[in-house]
Amino acid sequence: MSDRVPVLQVKNVTRRFPASDGRTLLANNKINLEFFPGETLGIVGESGCGKSTLMRMILSLDHPSEGEILFKGKNIAELKGEKLRQHRRHIQMVFQDPTLAFNPKMRIRDIVCEPLLNLNVIKPSEKEAKARELLEMVNLPGDFASRYPHNMSGGQRQRVGIARAIALEPEVIMCDEATSALDVSVQKNVVELLVGLQKKKNIAMGFICHDMALVSQLSHRTAVMYLGNIVEVLPSEKIHDGALHPYTKALLGAIFDLNMDFSKKIESIESEAPSPLDVPVGCPFQNRCDRCRDICKQENPALKRMEEGHSVACHLY
Amino acid sequence: MLLDIENISVKYGNAPKPTIENFSLKMKEGEIVSIVGESGSGKTTVIRAVLGLLPGGGRVTEGDILFEGKSLLGYSKKQWLDLRGSHISMIFQDSGAMINPIRKIGSLYVDYIRNHKKVSKKEAWDMGCAMLERMRLPSADNVMKSYPFQLSGGMRQRVGIAMAMTFEPKLLLADEPTSALDVTTQAQIVRQMMELRDEFGTAIIIVTHNIGVAAYMGDEIVVMQNGKVVDRGDRDHILHHADDEYTRELMRSVPTLEGLRYV
Repeated sequence: MSDRVPVLQVKNVTRRFPASDGRTLLANNKINLEFFPGETLGIVGESGCGKSTLMRMILSLDHPSEGEILFKGKNIAELKGEKLRQHRRHIQMVFQDPTLAFNPKMRIRDIVCEPLLNLNVIKPSEKEAKARELLEMVNLPGDFASRYPHNMSGGQRQRVGIARAIALEPEVIMCDEATSALDVSVQKNVVELLVGLQKKKNIAMGFICHDMALVSQLSHRTAVMYLGNIVEVLPSEKIHDGALHPYTKALLGAIFDLNMDFSKKIESIESEAPSPLDVPVGCPFQNRCDRCRDICKQENPALKRMEEGHSVACHLY
Repeated sequence: MLLDIENISVKYGNAPKPTIENFSLKMKEGEIVSIVGESGSGKTTVIRAVLGLLPGGGRVTEGDILFEGKSLLGYSKKQWLDLRGSHISMIFQDSGAMINPIRKIGSLYVDYIRNHKKVSKKEAWDMGCAMLERMRLPSADNVMKSYPFQLSGGMRQRVGIAMAMTFEPKLLLADEPTSALDVTTQAQIVRQMMELRDEFGTAIIIVTHNIGVAAYMGDEIVVMQNGKVVDRGDRDHILHHADDEYTRELMRSVPTLEGLRYV
């Protein structure tokens, strides 16, 4: 499938933050990722692994310390001013908590049309009709346009969040834990909506999530992050039995799945991830890995391609 | 019978409809009951009622709650103080939020122990350290000297469990104890809670929206919707042979590995 052209490429992106006492916090370390039209890339990892930092850079809310982010071949990390403002229409985002993502004093019609008005895509007189159209696209009644966010349930609010994200017809949508605040049955509906919209509009999606099972259901490929590094990228249908990296396996072992063997004790690594302030030399996972060898303490393994669409950063392979 | 909740209904303020209706639950010592349901289904209200902690004018309007055969509903303030934290304990979603942020863990822990038992500060400190170590917190002395924000979410939750278990309560109420945690930490905490039963014989009510955790832990699983129990039974019944349509739909909504794929 090498003829596919990625719409967005993250190339060798590193992000460091200065910390107290002259130390450096390494949030992202040489990240390489590609987003293809009509495809979802799931990004999983534990809190503090750098998922959100990466997403902020993709959305031009933050700048990489090194490396570049290419949107259709153009480096967007360098954009500034009006060019950056105009670029924002191409990459939009759905937030985790739909209660906090909106101005509580704005009506839904103003919320979903704000990006369109900002970029002069529609005239103020067209607002009402456009708001209805967008709401219907996310399976909400058009009458909701005159409501306030607090008059809606969590699932309905998240649909409004999605309506706002697709308003500018972006090529890329980033979802940061977009369904984590929702109940499972509502989550299911929102996921079905996202997948349907993606198919209709051929959107490239980044889906940041900590629920491996959910990611495996809705994404085409999954990237596993650990301490600022991508440790494995694999086709999502292979997550269950094809994962290679010890960390991916540890994550999978810790899931309480309805199809699991309930008579067995749940497995998990006992320790906690080290602080990103002192990332160990060598493999980031070394101190929690039960197959750690000498080389793991000296050299950080690079992502190695195992087969089409599956690469892993581990000295075992 | 350790705990016997008989047909209770709970009302908040002037609400016309009770928040939970006709809820019953019987628990023996060492039993684990999981309560699942979506937000607003009344699961938290149930365990708050047991501990007499209903907020905002909430009250039990019907039925009775018996703990070791005695009704809890008429308890005086003094009786509650004796009961809470020593016979029945609770752990919360984020133990960091229940701990005073400007006090060190140790200072709070010592206070807590001395409130329930006549010991010196030194003895209380050692008791706390010992308990933290039993919960597998490395360098307990360090933890005692830390502020809550200096600990990770998993460590804070272990501190919460350690505090709750200090007086070996017969009943532990857990309100979404793992919802704020990462999967690996969640697995550690769940395993640890299961060990409490083996070690102390503690009965546990766990309220969670994570059906996987509920199924793994619970001897009995209670499914709630809109304040009513819609189904209850053992794991096999709830996961595979539920009578209730809502329960079946809920089970179908849970994402599983190897499950349905949308793409």
